[in-house]
Amino acid sequence: MGNVVLNCVKKSFGSTEVIHGITIDIKDGEFIVIVGPSGCGKSTLLRMVAGLEVISSGEVQIAGKVVNDKEPMDRNIAMVFQNYALYPHMTVKQNMGYSLKLAGHSKSEIERKVSATADLLQLSELLERKPRQLSGGQRQRVAMGRAIVREPSVFLFDEPLSNLDAKLRVQMRLEIRQLQRQLGITSLYVTHDQVEAMTMADRMIVMNNGNAEQIGTPLEVYQKPETLFAAQFIGSPAMNIFDAEIQNGCLILNGLALTEVSLPDGKVALGIRPEHLVPSASGPIKVSLNNAEPLGANTLLYGNIKSSNEDITISMPGVHEISENEGDKSFGVEKAKIHLFCPSSGRRL
Amino acid sequence: MEKRVIFRGWLLPICLVAPQLIISIIFFFYPAAQAVWQSLFIPDPFGLSSQYVGLGNFEYLLGDKYYRASFLTTAVFSVLVTFCSMIPALLLAVCADRLIKSSGIYSTLLIWPYAVAPAVAGVLWMFMFNTRVGIVSWYLGQLGYDWNHVLNGGEAMGLVVIASAWGRISYNFLFFFAALQSVPKSLIEASAIDGAHFWRRFFDIVLPLITPTAFFLLVVNVVYSFFETFGVIHTITAGGPQQATTILVYKVFSDGFVGQDLGSSSAQSVILLVVVGLLTVIQFKYIEKRVHY
Repeated sequence: MGNVVLNCVKKSFGSTEVIHGITIDIKDGEFIVIVGPSGCGKSTLLRMVAGLEVISSGEVQIAGKVVNDKEPMDRNIAMVFQNYALYPHMTVKQNMGYSLKLAGHSKSEIERKVSATADLLQLSELLERKPRQLSGGQRQRVAMGRAIVREPSVFLFDEPLSNLDAKLRVQMRLEIRQLQRQLGITSLYVTHDQVEAMTMADRMIVMNNGNAEQIGTPLEVYQKPETLFAAQFIGSPAMNIFDAEIQNGCLILNGLALTEVSLPDGKVALGIRPEHLVPSASGPIKVSLNNAEPLGANTLLYGNIKSSNEDITISMPGVHEISENEGDKSFGVEKAKIHLFCPSSGRRL
Repeated sequence: MEKRVIFRGWLLPICLVAPQLIISIIFFFYPAAQAVWQSLFIPDPFGLSSQYVGLGNFEYLLGDKYYRASFLTTAVFSVLVTFCSMIPALLLAVCADRLIKSSGIYSTLLIWPYAVAPAVAGVLWMFMFNTRVGIVSWYLGQLGYDWNHVLNGGEAMGLVVIASAWGRISYNFLFFFAALQSVPKSLIEASAIDGAHFWRRFFDIVLPLITPTAFFLLVVNVVYSFFETFGVIHTITAGGPQQATTILVYKVFSDGFVGQDLGSSSAQSVILLVVVGLLTVIQFKYIEKRVHY
């Protein structure tokens, strides 16, 4: 059993509180991604679960037991570090077997477990090599192997793919996800890359400035972001945010009525994802386009809204080009695809 | 990327290396050459003339039982000094490394003994262990131990080892401390998660990672104990009692400048030079192989 419970976990360095109370109930076998910009406290949160940072207040439970005061080695966790943290003077085999050796397993048992794990990760050929003789991807695999071989109840990943090149990253993220499903071990995965978060997570924690902005499945966060921050952080290219107003139950953007809403009058922040803007001659959003980025499958168009001069990004399927004189276009959006936020609190309305 | 400086012409580069070269030539190569030359002669008792004897000085030395005893003394002395200066230094560095806050203050204080000149350190320790007025020997007397390094060769050896190692601990501490600080934090954390307690972690992970530093210190300390401990020995025991602390370098001095046998003294310094050279080569050749991973 490897369920993990965080109960209002806080962290302070001196008098500065950096994590303001995170609560989540992680089921056995779930893959949780903690995503956020650098400095948001996501690594600190992970290190508190690992036992590498003291928990200032709140409670961490692993497999039903409170582990606040337990040493990392007594928490039955394994961690994969950003720089892999392989022991440079040990071979791959020794690296993987080290924790088993410390736990007092017999030589033959260590041998058996290490070679089984090495088979799983296609590392069998490399067992006698030292870490410096391995490529980045191989080191990454060894770090994974070192974690797997212990059969922990929880895996902790601290940005494990950020040192790899783009292609390898895509491959490794698939592999990690498959392995995790296969082994069924509860995982916490820290990343700053929203694509990794979207593709890997069962549920994700979107963090900002030490707060959990939203906890939910990737699609929940994408389709129904709870805060302005979550809305802009998840999804690429980022969501367009405009200043809009509600007057008599009508959402008004730059003097033009967009749609009817059942909300009280006042100012709102209107969010529309670039891929949800569709060209229509009668559309209420008039844009002067000034740049196009063809990506092959789709094209990103950049421009300004005509009356307010706010920046806007539009993603259109297929190839589009803009010429000097036809840079002006009108766009519309479905009512279901608009997101409204309170401009002061950033909460979804 | 390595950045290379390329000079046009010869004048500037020569001027830049000249000070070092001139000092080496005047204070090292010239005396060394003289020693080699003089080791082939025996001066007469009045120092007015000298007679060429070939390798006679060396032949005599190798047959001299006092000289061979001095070899053994030197070996014991240098092994003891190296261990007594490296192990406490490592221990102190490990302790200082564990501190998060005031490690700066501790390391500054720990470096101070290095600023004390060996001869001064010798005098200091000699007073503390003085058989009549020394505070340590008084306490030892209270405990029922009769300390007398003036008569007891073993005690004399112990005292010169402590006095020589003491200042050296600071120097070694500095290097060990830097090496410990450069061990990546994540490795320590990884091994903590893997289940290694502090000392296990230290022996399995940290120690192998700092072996290049330890090896460097080993070489430097052996050379130190061969040569630079002269001042300590001269002030504390002057080689006695009964030559119990006469290490090779001290014998060079006492035979040459006290006994006025310059030929033998020169031959001894040539042998010493060869011994230290050989030791260094052996250390680099065999031990270094094992410390690089």
